[in-house]
Amino acid sequence: MKSYTYYPGCSSEATAVGLDVSSRSIAEALGMELKELEDWNCCGSTPYGSLDELEAIVVAARNLALAEKTGLDMVTPCSSCFVTLNKARVHMMDKPQLKAKVNEALAAANLEYKGTVKVRLLIEALMNDLTAEVITSKVKKPLTGLKVAPYTGCQEVRPRFGFDDPENPIALDTIVEAVGADAVPYPSKCKCCGGSAVIAEEGLCLELMYKLLDDAAKNGAECIVTPCPLCQMNLDAYQSKVNSKYNTKFNLPVLFVTQLIGVALGIKQDKLGLKKNIVNPNKVLAKYL
Amino acid sequence: MEKTQTMSFVKEVSQVPGGEGVNLCMQCGTCTASCPSAKIWEFTPSEVIAMVRADMRDAVLSSSSMWCCLSCYSCTVRCPRNVEPTSLFHALESLAIKHGYKPQNTNMPVMYNSFVKSIKKNGRVSEFQMMMGYYMSTNPFAALGMISVAWNLLSHGRMPLSARKIKGKKDLDLILKKLDDVRGEQ
Repeated sequence: MKSYTYYPGCSSEATAVGLDVSSRSIAEALGMELKELEDWNCCGSTPYGSLDELEAIVVAARNLALAEKTGLDMVTPCSSCFVTLNKARVHMMDKPQLKAKVNEALAAANLEYKGTVKVRLLIEALMNDLTAEVITSKVKKPLTGLKVAPYTGCQEVRPRFGFDDPENPIALDTIVEAVGADAVPYPSKCKCCGGSAVIAEEGLCLELMYKLLDDAAKNGAECIVTPCPLCQMNLDAYQSKVNSKYNTKFNLPVLFVTQLIGVALGIKQDKLGLKKNIVNPNKVLAKYL
Repeated sequence: MEKTQTMSFVKEVSQVPGGEGVNLCMQCGTCTASCPSAKIWEFTPSEVIAMVRADMRDAVLSSSSMWCCLSCYSCTVRCPRNVEPTSLFHALESLAIKHGYKPQNTNMPVMYNSFVKSIKKNGRVSEFQMMMGYYMSTNPFAALGMISVAWNLLSHGRMPLSARKIKGKKDLDLILKKLDDVRGEQ
């Protein structure tokens, strides 16, 4: 069994609790050991870097330094944490003076960041360390006939440490097919949902969400899957708002990809956080639960 | 706002982490064409880069433009010169804050500020506190428009009202205090 340091990210305690519980459940079922990083702090996400780049790197670096002590690769299920932690890592790798400054600050808490830890996305580890074939071999309830729009989102494939094609990623399609479901063509698969900007720029973001939902519906999807906490929250929690603004009747469950895998592995509903989904997925998943 | 400057704006930008690529731009406009939020930018992404190069410091830093970046990285993927515009716009946001600029027409910096405040208080973000902080600093009545979304999240156990503080909060404070001492000029 391969072990990893696990970095859940702040949304795992709130809006993306379903992602966290389903990640832990499928890891157990698939034979991956996730050891939660002791006393992790927020990665800083986009907002911190926008207000103070240097301070944001230091905040992220506390996690990197703590993770380095374990000697394991660190995996996170969150696309935004993945980008933010890697961004800090790359900045320090490229600029030794910056790294030295960060280490001066970290020394105040007896920490040091050497630059050895790898930060990986959970689904990348599923694809590369475990492989789709192994996932298929553990499927107990193949999701035959389920039409799924694979929505990768923007964070996990775009910056230079992304692991899939930045414009036409296929990892999510591969996972969807590995559990027996059909990945429908989804040209919007890595278009932006607006992320946290929905709070301050709701009009623009509702339009982006409308396009994403419309594209999934037009391509015959019965549900959307995504690995990203922000994509999931926006398309799920704001779907009713999109419907009132655009006079539409979208009723598309938005599942975390880890929840979809979990259903196929025969894991119980409550261990996948399916009750946390706002657009109820029970009808679409009834055949498989 | 600072009136005296000793170095050109383009140099200042290139010295902020993320701003290094500003000199590589050839004004092809691919970033603007790829941007999902370009229509709400005061100046388009490529215009902002041209303005930095033209030393239009005040116009750029007081603008709401870069605050409209959604960090989707489309421009960064497509830029044929590896300018990394996403990081460049975040570097401009950082500079605007450092020099006390407050953009009109967007509440994005207020939202970001509320987010960072929540981290500084507990070491982790409480999404509920972040939202409350945001509406209290902008328009508390606008929160009424959020009731349906907030209820969706609350009723599904996805918006805990209390925040969890990390054990190493004091360590984090010490680290940030030390950073203030050593940061000097970037």
